[in-house]
Amino acid sequence: MAFDSFTAFLAMGGYAPYVWPAYGATLLLLFAVVLHLRLERRRLWRELRRRVRRERRQARDGEVPS
Amino acid sequence: MWAFIHKLGSPKGFYAFSVRLSPWFWVAATTLIGGGLVWGLAFAPADYQQGDSFRIIYVHVPAAFLAQSIFVVMALAGLVFMVWRIKLADMAATAMAPLGAGMTFVALLSGAVWGVPTWGTWWQWDARLTSMLLLFFLYIGVIALRSAFDGRDSGSRAASVLTMVGVINIPIIKYSVEWWYTLHQPATFSVTSRPAMPTEMWLPLLIMVLGFYSFFIAVTLTRTRNEILRRESAKRWVRDLVGEGN
Repeated sequence: MAFDSFTAFLAMGGYAPYVWPAYGATLLLLFAVVLHLRLERRRLWRELRRRVRRERRQARDGEVPS
Repeated sequence: MWAFIHKLGSPKGFYAFSVRLSPWFWVAATTLIGGGLVWGLAFAPADYQQGDSFRIIYVHVPAAFLAQSIFVVMALAGLVFMVWRIKLADMAATAMAPLGAGMTFVALLSGAVWGVPTWGTWWQWDARLTSMLLLFFLYIGVIALRSAFDGRDSGSRAASVLTMVGVINIPIIKYSVEWWYTLHQPATFSVTSRPAMPTEMWLPLLIMVLGFYSFFIAVTLTRTRNEILRRESAKRWVRDLVGEGN
């Protein structure tokens, strides 16, 4: 360990106002990218599923003689 | 061999390839970045001159590496798309652009907060910083240009051309610290010589760099899949894939 205590770790040798925002912004970006990726995938799949279901229904209904 | 490459170049083949490969890169990214963060923040020794502010290097350098690498990969993808008309290359370039822009932003921001205690200023219009800011605007330009056209192909071609022209900026960023007098220090790593840092300082940095590259590969593999689904939604195999779960 480079620090004697957890308080010392948080203080970053007096550089806390510089170190933590740099790390915070980086981690925020990584999490935002992953979150966006998951939301995008979920939205796409939902939309595609709906479209396939609708088409199947149309195909089935079309076969029924009227 | 050619059959393999041909299969990979098709959206369907790449989709299956990505499903199998991407989990490994997600695991690698999480492990390396997690380990590198703890090591860099808590265990690496403080710098004798910069104290603990030097720990910013563990996020600043990997972000700056990715910012530049992603643009080069996008330019290569643009070339492949323009010359061989391989749509998959354009889909991958689309998928990775926002991450590149984000990494450039983080490199600029972490550099700015590092500059305050180290240089006494958060910004200086010197060669390295200005060319990096230009890179950020290039990313924004490429992303905006792609969606500025009605036809997808026109947008893709315009974005590819801008990427291939804009890639000239990358060697300028790289050599800016040697060609001009700048505040920014020269490169930390080089292929030919040992790093000018003790091992317990550069090893966590190397781990972070590898972690960021794994993250980039994982995001690109996964997001290209989204892009494939979006563009190939009318194709039979996508229909079958979507229909499977129902």
